[in-house]
Amino acid sequence: MASRTLYSQRDPALKKRDDFEDILEERRNSSDLKYALKCYMPVLYKGVTPCKPSMIKTMVLQSEQLRYVVTELSKETGEATEVIQGEALAILEEMAHKLHLGTVRFFAYMLNKAFKVLYQRIRVNEDGIQRLQQAIQEHPLVLLPSHRSYMDFLIVSYLLYTNDLALPVIAAGMDFLGMKFVGEMLRMSGAFFIRRSFGGDRLYWAVFSEYVKTILRNGYAPIEFFLEGTRSRTCKSLTPKVGLLSIAMEPFFKGEVFDVSMVPISISYERVLEEALYARELLGVPKPKESTSGLLKARRILSEDYGNIHVYFGQPVSLRSLAQGRINRSQYNLMPRHISRRPGEDVQVFVNDVAYKMVRLQEESMVLRPWVLVATILLQNPHGVEAVWLAEQTAWLRGLAQAFGAFLDWPDHISASRAVASGLALHPNLVRAERGRVRLATEPKGPGARAPEEDLFNHAVTVLSCASYRNQVLHVFLRPALLAMAMDVAPTSRKDDVYSCFGYLRDVFSNEFILCPGAEVQDFDEACFLLTKCSAIQILKQDIVATERGRPTLSFLSAMFQPFLLGYQVVCRYLCEEVAESLPEKSYVAGVRSYAVKRILSGELACLEVLSSDLQKNVLAALLRMGALRKSKAGELVTLRVNKSAINTIENTLGGRVSTQKPVLARL
Amino acid sequence: MASSGHGSGRQEAADRRLRLIAGHLHPRIAASECKAEAAESDPVRAKTVPKRRQEVMKWNGWGYSDSRFLFNKKGQAEFTGRRYRLGGLIFPSLKDWFESTFGANLQHKSPPTAALNSSAITPPNLNEPFLQDLKSMGIPHSLEAEDRVFRAHGHCLHEIFALREGRFGRLPDMVVWPNCHDDVVKIVELACQHNACLIPYGGGTSVSSALECPPDEMRSIVSLDTSQMNHILWIDEKNLTAHVEAGIVGQELERLLNESGFCTGHEPDSMEFSTLGGWVATRASGMKKNIYGNIEDLVVHIKMVTPRGVVEKSCQVPRMSTGPDIHHFIMGSEGTLGVVTEVTLKIRPLPEYQKYGSVVFPNFEQGVACLREVAKQRCAPASIRLMDNAQFQFGHALKPQVSSIFTSFLDGLKKFYITKFKGFDTHRLCVATLLFEGDREKVLQHEKQVYDIAAKFGGLAAGEDNGQRGYMLTFVIAYLRDLGMDYYVIGESFETSVPWDRVLDLCRNVKERITRECKERGVQFPPMSTCRVTQTYDAGACVYFYFAFNYRGLADPVHVYEQVEHAAREEILANGGSLSHHHGAPKPMSDTCETTNQIAAYIQSHGLLRPRFLHLVVHDGVVDAKATEDDERLCRKRR
Repeated sequence: MASRTLYSQRDPALKKRDDFEDILEERRNSSDLKYALKCYMPVLYKGVTPCKPSMIKTMVLQSEQLRYVVTELSKETGEATEVIQGEALAILEEMAHKLHLGTVRFFAYMLNKAFKVLYQRIRVNEDGIQRLQQAIQEHPLVLLPSHRSYMDFLIVSYLLYTNDLALPVIAAGMDFLGMKFVGEMLRMSGAFFIRRSFGGDRLYWAVFSEYVKTILRNGYAPIEFFLEGTRSRTCKSLTPKVGLLSIAMEPFFKGEVFDVSMVPISISYERVLEEALYARELLGVPKPKESTSGLLKARRILSEDYGNIHVYFGQPVSLRSLAQGRINRSQYNLMPRHISRRPGEDVQVFVNDVAYKMVRLQEESMVLRPWVLVATILLQNPHGVEAVWLAEQTAWLRGLAQAFGAFLDWPDHISASRAVASGLALHPNLVRAERGRVRLATEPKGPGARAPEEDLFNHAVTVLSCASYRNQVLHVFLRPALLAMAMDVAPTSRKDDVYSCFGYLRDVFSNEFILCPGAEVQDFDEACFLLTKCSAIQILKQDIVATERGRPTLSFLSAMFQPFLLGYQVVCRYLCEEVAESLPEKSYVAGVRSYAVKRILSGELACLEVLSSDLQKNVLAALLRMGALRKSKAGELVTLRVNKSAINTIENTLGGRVSTQKPVLARL
Repeated sequence: MASSGHGSGRQEAADRRLRLIAGHLHPRIAASECKAEAAESDPVRAKTVPKRRQEVMKWNGWGYSDSRFLFNKKGQAEFTGRRYRLGGLIFPSLKDWFESTFGANLQHKSPPTAALNSSAITPPNLNEPFLQDLKSMGIPHSLEAEDRVFRAHGHCLHEIFALREGRFGRLPDMVVWPNCHDDVVKIVELACQHNACLIPYGGGTSVSSALECPPDEMRSIVSLDTSQMNHILWIDEKNLTAHVEAGIVGQELERLLNESGFCTGHEPDSMEFSTLGGWVATRASGMKKNIYGNIEDLVVHIKMVTPRGVVEKSCQVPRMSTGPDIHHFIMGSEGTLGVVTEVTLKIRPLPEYQKYGSVVFPNFEQGVACLREVAKQRCAPASIRLMDNAQFQFGHALKPQVSSIFTSFLDGLKKFYITKFKGFDTHRLCVATLLFEGDREKVLQHEKQVYDIAAKFGGLAAGEDNGQRGYMLTFVIAYLRDLGMDYYVIGESFETSVPWDRVLDLCRNVKERITRECKERGVQFPPMSTCRVTQTYDAGACVYFYFAFNYRGLADPVHVYEQVEHAAREEILANGGSLSHHHGAPKPMSDTCETTNQIAAYIQSHGLLRPRFLHLVVHDGVVDAKATEDDERLCRKRR
């Protein structure tokens, strides 16, 4: 194990971060119209001659890459190349953006108005903007914002426009095109649209990847996309998708560009616009289809206060330096570059690692408001707490979070009680403060008795919304908490045992949280270091033991992740008790939900987060990955076959009832 | 014979003819004897390369002692000596270019140590029995420090830099001058017998560290200087071949052939000093390869002395299909397998007409596209090169002082036309230089064809002068490096061959990598990193890089230089280029290129094939006297 001196170097609490500045302040004091019509002359990539979006389209259509695929397809299907070329054109028309400065100005005007009403402040790290300005000129740029709200799209473009930087071309889901007018508006402000799934369609893949690569190669504009693939409904970062990232890396691997800079952007909302919507969605009310009228209805939200937004533009990460020593680019020398082939094992692993790294960078620079600490504490005390105790507890948690390197926006001169109060004020729909006590809000009993399910449902909305705030801080505590849980579950306090339990939990939860594959040892070291630093544990020669002082900390950490542990156990129990041999995949979520509702109503289970479909889907993915479930396809119907003994073992291990027998994990 | 029954008239005619031919050949024939002794006494023939090379050439720099660039008292650059057309000329814009490109300053000088201090040199480690036998054979040799120092290096930056600082590594312990093939056979036999180590030395222009003596070599190292083996042994006009001793230097070979109305057309940039044997040993490439071919296309027959005997083919034929071509084992072996002693080369009648030319392109991309098209249509002139903008500026700085106001006015007008009228950006435009050769009519026709293609890519004809100056740059570049080294600027060139579709990407990435690496390694001034596409082929091109920087403020400039060059080569490989096109495998990188030896050893270790090829235990650039097993089918022993 590494020595202490090594630890202190990567003490997360010492991380240097930039300061923020509010950009709305200036906007409030000047004319929106003037702002929208301001002179916009962004610096470009090494003096590249700006070209029209239509030029990009022509380049894509005439590219050797695309022509090659078209010829291949024509040979295979027997269709004329012109026909296939025509299809390619149609795909491109559907996909391509049509950046139009007028539209951008219109958006800027509208957003200005909206932002000023919705938010108190939009705070941005100016240094990050400066770095971006530099990076844009040097290398093609990939912007990688976190994705927790529709706002993410708009915010980034808005900020770049405000700072006179080149507007990005943004990869957006095709579902936006469903919104009549708005879809086209987005297109004209730089969005391009990709189908959610196009697995087998080679032509689509060719057009799409060539489109992205052409933009990148020419340094025409920064490319922006969301590694997480979709908005996170839980405010927890999602496991990254690597498809688009690996396309964006290819021009570098093939030597077509010298380097690519990747800029992680962390956007944190004090109050997410879609808060209640997300909770409902997680509980099974499907997400409303994007429609213009829906958006107009959403105007209601204009009357509420959404607090602050923090946008942190991270340090540009050079792909070249990441790849140094890991990727042998000569492997691309043996085939013409326009023929695309499946990347080698080393490349796939590399892209995956980079994706995780970037998401972790996003996580690390997420600004946390005191409210997320309050939410964390309240969720552990569902029946309410004394306001005074809450303030004390929040102050304590603040210390712990800071020791663990959290990026807290909590200036020293603000007292705990003030910080708590301002958080409570911003979320009246989630919490109630009455007679010196604070508790989660439950919907007032309406006229007439309602079904208990309905009550439960309403309560769950509050809990899940609240949980989405707690989730924002989970990444700070994740590793120490896994260690705390491992110490609970492990049969002995021997280092080996604790480590193998830690590894096991890490493995189980790797669909739930951002845990870089293959980084068990680093994570374990980090957890040990952090807990030792706050004197919660002591690392002896052979054993890891909790200190007397540390017990509250450890149990707090365990409790923070208890809902997940319980959730996974409930799903396992459902699969063991209610399912015979197999079940159709479609009925899985509904099945788990009704089982959980039953257990909750009967009082056996108090944890409402089990109802979250996000958690349920993560469990499914984890069980599939671990081989406890198997998918089998018969026509359209996908069936899940249950391996009961495997599931039983997982459930028992998570419950700490059985020792992890003969762990197959690497020992320390 | 079929003719035996026929009349005597015919017999007589044949006899007469034979006599005539014999008469022509007689003074030149006598191939079995050593020619050199005779030549030594021949006062008419001036020696291009004397045994004591240091008498005419610099011991710590490039070329002739009397020829060098310097900044005169007025701060103007001039070239000394009378050997070159440039001799005595003033280059008014070189100083500004030099100072602005490198951030150098004429006040900051870094002169070399003045003279060779012979007393500082370790005495030779002699192999007495070897020396005695050599003496008894009467083969000339030397143990003098100056001779040994001269042959201890090639022209890599680190070698010259060390010499300028008066530092010497391991030196050869003695120098021998064989006069002919048989002398070489004897020397190699002696070396085998007495366990000495031989390093063949031709022109000494190696840039692959192949001449460096292994510092840990315990045996006596003998430098085998081939300079006295410099005769054309015969010329066969019917088959257009010439049989030449391998020690002849390029300019001498060309001059002698020209006297008979022929040429080889092989013109590597180093041809003033490099030798035929060196070309064969390094797989050299000449500027005019589009007409005459590279060395592998020119060679018909090679004679090489190895520790296990002499390797040669039994015939002088254009092509064979009897297993792998042994020539391809010899070419590129860089002295590791043996000493090349005699070579039969293709020759051509001297061309009737020669014409330089140049084309200006608005940018490098267009220029490359044009060269690609020229290669596609297979109409490349004898030479076609495309210099990037930085190299164009460099070439421009070498414009000699103009003699009349009229010429300078014309120059101004040209510049105005190109930049203002045609809208070329002086910081982006680039120039292709051309050289046409052949029948007058055909040249003019060819010229038109090439200029027509160029016009399609936005190219404008820019005159013969610019073309000629472009070629001059490549001949004086090594002299310019010495000038740079007087003012804290070090640099070198390296080259690669690359498929057409990667040319642009490779050039951009390598140049950028150099700039970046310099910055990261603490070089205080932006480096010069420039390239030209210097040869075209059907499937790709050869790209040549110049890289130089001002090293003021660096503790170990050579180390920094080597690190950057290593990075640049790594970048080349990652971008689909080769380690080298014609310089030879750079030694620090040769781990990345699989040499034939490694392949042979690998295949043999798997027992897949019976070892068929001669294989020797070799060090870099050193013929090792201890060979292991051999296969005699490929070598005829002549003992």
